[in-house]
Amino acid sequence: MNDQPLFKRATANAAVAEIDGVSCAHCGLPVPIGKIRRDKEEQFCCSGCGTAYQLIHDYGLDAYYDMERTLGSAVGEVAELGEYAELDSFEFVEQFSTNDPRGIKRIRFGIHGIHCIACVWLIEKLPQMLPGITEATVNWSTATLDLFWNPGEVKLSQVAQLLRRLGYRLTPIRFGEKQIQNTIETRNHLIRLGVAGAAAGNNMLIALGLYFGWFSGMEASYELMFRYASCFLGLVSLLWPGMVFFRSAWQALKMGTPHMDLPIALGLGAGGIGGLVNTIRGEGEIYFDSLGMLVFLLLIGRFIQFRQQLRSADAVELLYQLTPRKARRIVDGLPVETHADLLKVNDVVQVLAGELIPVDGSILSGQTAIDEAILTGESIPQQRAAGDEVAAGTLNLEGTITVRTTAVGAQTRVGQLSQMVEKAANEKPAIVQWANRIGGVFVVIVIGLALLTVMIWWHLGWLTALDRAIALLIVACPCALAMATPLAIAIALGRAAQRGMLIKSGDVLQRLHRPGTIWLDKTGTVTEGRMKLVAWHGPGELLHQAAAVQDHSAHPVAVAMKTAAVKQELETLDGVTENVSVDEAKRWIASDVQQTAHGGIQGVVAGRQILIGNRHFMDQAGVSFAAECEEVARDILDQELSPVYVAVDGHVAGVAAVGDPLRADSRQRVGELKQAGWRVGMLSGDHSEIVTRVANHLGLEPKLVHGGLLPEDKVAFLRSQTDTQTQVMVGDGVNDSAALAIAGVGVAVHGGSEISMQAASVYLNRPGLEPILDLLDLSRTTMATIRITLTVSLLYNASAVALAMLGIINPLIAAALMPFSSLTVVSLSWFRRSFREPTMGGSR
Amino acid sequence: MTVLFIALPVALVISILFVIAFVFCVRSGQFDDLETPPRRILFDDVPQRKNKS
Repeated sequence: MNDQPLFKRATANAAVAEIDGVSCAHCGLPVPIGKIRRDKEEQFCCSGCGTAYQLIHDYGLDAYYDMERTLGSAVGEVAELGEYAELDSFEFVEQFSTNDPRGIKRIRFGIHGIHCIACVWLIEKLPQMLPGITEATVNWSTATLDLFWNPGEVKLSQVAQLLRRLGYRLTPIRFGEKQIQNTIETRNHLIRLGVAGAAAGNNMLIALGLYFGWFSGMEASYELMFRYASCFLGLVSLLWPGMVFFRSAWQALKMGTPHMDLPIALGLGAGGIGGLVNTIRGEGEIYFDSLGMLVFLLLIGRFIQFRQQLRSADAVELLYQLTPRKARRIVDGLPVETHADLLKVNDVVQVLAGELIPVDGSILSGQTAIDEAILTGESIPQQRAAGDEVAAGTLNLEGTITVRTTAVGAQTRVGQLSQMVEKAANEKPAIVQWANRIGGVFVVIVIGLALLTVMIWWHLGWLTALDRAIALLIVACPCALAMATPLAIAIALGRAAQRGMLIKSGDVLQRLHRPGTIWLDKTGTVTEGRMKLVAWHGPGELLHQAAAVQDHSAHPVAVAMKTAAVKQELETLDGVTENVSVDEAKRWIASDVQQTAHGGIQGVVAGRQILIGNRHFMDQAGVSFAAECEEVARDILDQELSPVYVAVDGHVAGVAAVGDPLRADSRQRVGELKQAGWRVGMLSGDHSEIVTRVANHLGLEPKLVHGGLLPEDKVAFLRSQTDTQTQVMVGDGVNDSAALAIAGVGVAVHGGSEISMQAASVYLNRPGLEPILDLLDLSRTTMATIRITLTVSLLYNASAVALAMLGIINPLIAAALMPFSSLTVVSLSWFRRSFREPTMGGSR
Repeated sequence: MTVLFIALPVALVISILFVIAFVFCVRSGQFDDLETPPRRILFDDVPQRKNKS
């Protein structure tokens, strides 16, 4: 098998592979004809794959490819390299790593790009590739890498560079309190579950003996021993794993809030004490087998829900940990890469075009346009020059600037906003879950019935009466009832995750099942959130030439033009007079490129002078406009887009319509939301006129549309909405975060900022508004499931209570009824559908 | 059947031992990652191959 030539690997893109017959030896994608080298056995689609292959080959790890072929999917693309010098700084190592007794250091990284188990194998071979690394352990499920290394022998940047060349990306993870807390919590859950399971299982065997003895007779001494054994196991189960219920019931009593754990603790407590007394007394019923089973089943429900919530939260966390956070500090006039967390006030930082600004500060030199949408929601970049203030988290678009730091970390505007998020999150009123509300009523009813039972049977003596009452308390213990909610929620969260909706708290589902108001953010939520070339008026060739001029610009207009040119979107654009194939287009190379302020750029392509910019820039350059150009420009402005002119040798030859277009389906989705009974409004930081225009187009009620809001205003606004209906906030920017946190349900949409993902209780992994409709759907069906299961389990409880009051209950009936009702609840939750329509292209 | 007086306590002691072992396993982190280790056994120790090209 190993002798087969590697380049014959099957590819997903079979049609292309058949034509030229050659696929890349590393990633398996077809190799472009121009790159095929007849003299070589292995062929590569790009030099990155070539490097990765060579590396793996040189270390003698070719087995990777066999393994990957049999066990996994295609390997990742190899992307551009980084320096990773920031990983070597003393401060970084101090902050992120821990010391191992063996004199080496330990660090945990998030690792991006693992596709299959072969990748795990390859990465764990790190010690073989780089001397100085003692151990590398990958956790596939959490996508983390634990590295033990000797700082004297190998640098972390070397590790990062090597992994980068193999196609994996490292991100530092602060192995913080929360992670440790979660691990411990999970372990405690597991231990409780294990102990309760062992106790319940053994107790069932003993109970079986007792039941048989009950029918066929049993010597008193054996029975006594069995009863003591059962009592012992029951008490272990109640006092160790079962303690959580007593503790939580006690909390509920202290706080005066109803809770499902109250009736559970009541049943468990009464059963435990009654059983213990009866065991010592040597007569009367004991229910320890049922009690043990009860504890076990309840813990299973809790564990499943806990795991599911943790998994959703972890997934979101990993997503935002993937943002690189490095900065370039100027030391003695030279830029040195460092980690953004290590910067201090008064440090001078260099920020290249296209990078995020790492700190709050003022510009020392350079001028540029800055995209502040993340803070303000404004979609148009702002011009900034020396002396102007810039904020952390905003995007530098045009030129290189140096910034003197005035605030870092929590003191920055973004940092303050995230503190506001925390405050808002604490303010959010908790809702009492349905099941818990029932819990309060339940306790009262059950105690009442127990007293009634005592009175009914008083004539048979107080002992019998008490026995019957205890039996009632036990069979009334709402096991299935308490399992119904966590189970239904856990199943819903799991199914939601498969559809790209990460729900961090089960409350969300309860809050969404009745219509309320949905507040949408504009930029990035109903619009695409980035500039796009919507139409092009002029020869197709010219667009490619213009794209060549803008090759190195990170300005949104330039990016829009390049994307349109490369992606062959041309044919679908309006007004293109002449088409050019992409291959031909790639040969254009611009020289003498000059970028000026206000988005103007010029360069020479194929001997012709090309200017690109707005009207102001064109007028200054003395370019002449044809009459039809003016007309086209007016048309473009009418469509709420901006015209960008392209001039060749002093005459305007093409006009592009650029803007942040609405998502194609936004209008339709808003209509569907309204149909579902929701009120849809808009809260945006952008200028009121723009917001109003967009809102009109979407068909929103004018009185529900608010523009020009600061982040604080959004919070204040949501706080002022005091009606009882659910307020849902949908947004993506830092400026929405606090609002996301305080809203009844905060939904962070695809591509949102780190803080918004943290603040929101739902993160959508799919773009657009469609997942929100899915979410509402899920909430409705889940609540219906919960309602049905609650009804069914209440029926079980009611019939058991009736039997107990009539005095015809015995431990055998109790033991049989309970698992039966739980089983009904589990299967009801599992087999009910969560969504109206089946997944489209999903993983199920 | 008097053997039951010994057999039952012995059975209980054995199950207690297993519970202790289980608690120890959980605390040592063996259940933290259930996905990677079971696949790790698929890795063979492949002998280093000769250079092909």
